[in-house]
Amino acid sequence: MRRLPPALLIGAALSAAFLAIAALSLVWTPHSVTGVSISERLQPPSAQYVLGTDQLGRDLASMLMVGAQTSIAVALIAVGIGIALGVPLGLAAAATRGSLLDEIIMRGNDLIFAFPSLVIAILITARYGPSATNAILAIGIFNIPVFARVARGGALPLWTLDYILAARTAGKGRVRISVEHILPNILNLLIVQATIQFSLGILAEAALSYVGLGAQPPVPSWGRMLAEAQTMIYSHPMLAILPGLAIVLMVLGLNLMGDGLRDALDPRLRRRRA
Amino acid sequence: MIGVENLSVAIHGTPILRGVSLQIAPGEVFGLVGESGSGKSMTALALMGLLPEGAEAGGEILIDGRDLMRNSEPDWCRVRGNDIGMIFQEPMTALNPVRTIGDQVAETLTIHGAAEPRAALEIARDRLDRVGLSHIGMDAYPHELSGGQRQRVCIAAAIALHPRLLIADEPTTALDVTTQAQILDLLSALVEEEGMGLLLITHDLGVVAGMADRIAVMRQGEIVETGPTAQVMAERNHPYTRALLAASSHVPERAAAQRPDPLLQVEDVRREYPGRREGFRRGPPIVAVDGVSFTLHEGESLGLVGESGCGKSTLTRAILGLDPVQGGDIRLFGRSIVPQMPREMRAGIQVVFQDPYGSFNPRWKVDRIVAEPFHLLDAPPRGSERHDRVAEALTAVHLSPDDMAKYPHEFSGGQRQRIAIARALITRPRIILLDEAVSALDVSVRARILDLLAELQDGFGLSYLFVSHDLTVVRAITDRVMVMQDGRFVETGETEAVFNDPQHEYTRALLAAAPRLDLAS
Amino acid sequence: MLRYLATRALSLGLSLVVASVVIFALIEVIPGDPASYMLGLNATDETLAALRTELGLDGSKFDRYLAWVGGMLTGDFGVSYTYRVPVAELVLDRLWVSLPLAIYALTLSTLIAFPVGILAAANRGGVLDVAIMGGTQLGIAVPNFWFAMLLVLLFAVTLQWFSAGGFAGWDDPLLAIKSLTLPAVALALPQASILARVMRSALIETLEQDYIRTARAKGLSRRQAVLRHALKNALIPVLTIIGLQFSFLLAGAIIIENVFFLPGLGRLIFQGITQRDLVVVESVTMLLVFAVILVTFLVDVAYALVDPRLRRR
Repeated sequence: MRRLPPALLIGAALSAAFLAIAALSLVWTPHSVTGVSISERLQPPSAQYVLGTDQLGRDLASMLMVGAQTSIAVALIAVGIGIALGVPLGLAAAATRGSLLDEIIMRGNDLIFAFPSLVIAILITARYGPSATNAILAIGIFNIPVFARVARGGALPLWTLDYILAARTAGKGRVRISVEHILPNILNLLIVQATIQFSLGILAEAALSYVGLGAQPPVPSWGRMLAEAQTMIYSHPMLAILPGLAIVLMVLGLNLMGDGLRDALDPRLRRRRA
Repeated sequence: MIGVENLSVAIHGTPILRGVSLQIAPGEVFGLVGESGSGKSMTALALMGLLPEGAEAGGEILIDGRDLMRNSEPDWCRVRGNDIGMIFQEPMTALNPVRTIGDQVAETLTIHGAAEPRAALEIARDRLDRVGLSHIGMDAYPHELSGGQRQRVCIAAAIALHPRLLIADEPTTALDVTTQAQILDLLSALVEEEGMGLLLITHDLGVVAGMADRIAVMRQGEIVETGPTAQVMAERNHPYTRALLAASSHVPERAAAQRPDPLLQVEDVRREYPGRREGFRRGPPIVAVDGVSFTLHEGESLGLVGESGCGKSTLTRAILGLDPVQGGDIRLFGRSIVPQMPREMRAGIQVVFQDPYGSFNPRWKVDRIVAEPFHLLDAPPRGSERHDRVAEALTAVHLSPDDMAKYPHEFSGGQRQRIAIARALITRPRIILLDEAVSALDVSVRARILDLLAELQDGFGLSYLFVSHDLTVVRAITDRVMVMQDGRFVETGETEAVFNDPQHEYTRALLAAAPRLDLAS
Repeated sequence: MLRYLATRALSLGLSLVVASVVIFALIEVIPGDPASYMLGLNATDETLAALRTELGLDGSKFDRYLAWVGGMLTGDFGVSYTYRVPVAELVLDRLWVSLPLAIYALTLSTLIAFPVGILAAANRGGVLDVAIMGGTQLGIAVPNFWFAMLLVLLFAVTLQWFSAGGFAGWDDPLLAIKSLTLPAVALALPQASILARVMRSALIETLEQDYIRTARAKGLSRRQAVLRHALKNALIPVLTIIGLQFSFLLAGAIIIENVFFLPGLGRLIFQGITQRDLVVVESVTMLLVFAVILVTFLVDVAYALVDPRLRRR
């Protein structure tokens, strides 16, 4: 039995914890996050409010739990968009290397990369109204070229291998080869990239909702909690520190998991260890 | 005098070298021969003080009575490049791509404080001239040079300070035979001129037979036999030496069962690649195969030899119907081969590739790998019939039907090549195309695969098209041979006739350059 | 070299054209009437008609696009609807904050990342390496705007070394640099973490190349091999990331300028969005995209300087 890298274990544990919290918040939170109660505002931590309350009297712990749910949902769907569209594009580009199709896909990719992603995300959400859906779309679009590039980059060296030639002499077409031979062998790369994009999505969602262009009130989100806390940073710094800490831990967990997975799945490293 | 006494190396506790001793006199060529994993490269790295991390070495490495094993790292830096120089197998990657060759040769001098930068460049120029690169500028970058030229640059850098010993680790394995012969000639001449010792490490007995004064045969980290080359070759005291020599010149027994029926007819075939892109236009197309014709008969074994870039791979791909031809016609059983040809036609011609590691999807088990060509059949066998067919193919290549449930990484290189042959046999084709199919194998493994190929040809009445750069192998297994150069056939004929009495000057050059065992003097 | 640069320049031009079409389409073509969007619900018919005329909405979309692009080429970026001044003027003012901020941050990031990355690679697997990798992992996970808030909390509120925000102009250069320092640090640290990791892995990869072994066989010490052979080769992937980071810095600046109340391009575009001033949003976005594409081009030029294989083409 191979020893798993410690980074992978720590990262997976952190990520799993946040996922569990987010899942739990679907069915239960200590307090309602929509109930505003001015009399209970800015309470210090107590038995009733574990982490205290915010400027509208909402329970901070509950807000953070639902915020995790918002972040994860947005980032996860955005990654899904990137994989669903980017991977087939990348596989197609690699399968037709040097063709017009390859050229168009790759130039299109370059172009999307040329846009400062957050600027365009801001533009889209601003023009079509701020909402979680538009935030997902804005983040998701920029995931497409990333996955296309990773898929193509991973697939190209495989296409030169003899087992692909063998499959072609066995009469198999490019689509079939891409699915049977290429995809399973680039899965490692895609999984690692997915965790990275997931964590970038969390950061992007936080940034968008910080400037008011993500999920709209009353749905709690970490980014907006930070924005609302900013004016009170002198008097109640914890309101600004806790949501930020939540973001850092979630992103850190995902990144550690991604790094650990890369080490665990990299066949080059595996061979060296064997 | 450079001596190695009782050298042992272990990596993380696993012994790699055991009690290796050898002596190399000035002006002497010492050949260190062995198959992959025998420890010959590790011996070289130990001599350079460049053992990988986790390695522990024991014994002595003596230069004029000085034991290098006691060296500190800075001491080693003074030895490397100064007392001992070294060149490696892959000239294509051995030079820094972003620095000029003059700079990289001069660096040997400046790093040891042997010359000021300006003077070092002058000496570097002189050394480059000496290795036969007088027509190449000092400001050339490695990517502008061929493999042979790059190896010359490496040699120039290694001998810039007139070292006592030059270590050459498989210096010509990545090169074509004619280039190999030139590099070996250069090394021989340098040994004589410089009076340095040369430790020539190779898997190819033919290479050392031609130029080594003394040789040592290595196996599993030990030297099994050593002595003057001619004596070792003649006496063959150790059984392993005998086996190695026998395998190197192994000729499988083949029953002659040719019939004159033409199976594969190649007529005036032309293959072009699109020219290099220049902005929006493309340059003129590059002709890779230029009007070649031949016929493969039933039960025949036909060789196709040539150096890299001669067009043999391009021709191979066209015959497999992977790429369209731009002129002429390829007919299999009388029907034209085109990329869109019907699947059952492909079932009649199968292929075995060179690389025993890149030939299989690492995530597939052997039964799925071997059964993949069933895709070509209109009614592929299923269930127990499929299982039986795969078992049958594995048995035919002397593997066990139990191997079906294993992954390819569980097999050795030779076994993997057997799996590849089983895959080629599964559709019961009449022609198998062997594309450098034994080139990556050690000689003893190669001999057994050649035997297997002969046996299968006999048993199934197969026809082989045997594509290779290796003249010895082609001679051992083919009836007729075609010699290819620059996209054309320069000579074709009965194999023995061509090898004994080559007509074309290129064939003669190839044969003269090929390392031969019988040259040991 | 010339041919390489020519093809890169051509692709720069093409990218700009496509980018302008995309931005124009996002803002002006897809659903709704830009004028009524800008004015909101309470607009009267007269003001709406006046704005439509001002924006040229009565003409064809194609004409409007040509006019917009043509205007930008001659330095005319239109007139801001809310500020009632030419956008070019606004942009020029703000550029004096945003550009120094981006350069400041990029310089900081590079200055931190290079030595840190090299140090980690040289001590691969050692304590220092593990510490650096852990630190950079944290640096990547920190959102820059939150980091900015923490910096304010520590250095402006508690220690009172810096002001919490605002920008007094370049009349006093020292003061100007001082007020850009916290924003630049907030922007630079996450980027430096990424860059250091790239530097480390690029170096480790080049250190495994055959030519490093050749260099060692010539008598170079490990350190000399890194400095003379590995570094320049490792620079190629690092350059790519530096180019990409410029675009992250621009985007990050939008948010950071908001945290520190800096009157830069980011704040301008953001005000444009909240005030629904599409003229400003459209032109400033195009300008930012232009900057990114230009940097990509400069990175391509830098490639050619580092890598002779491109130079001789």
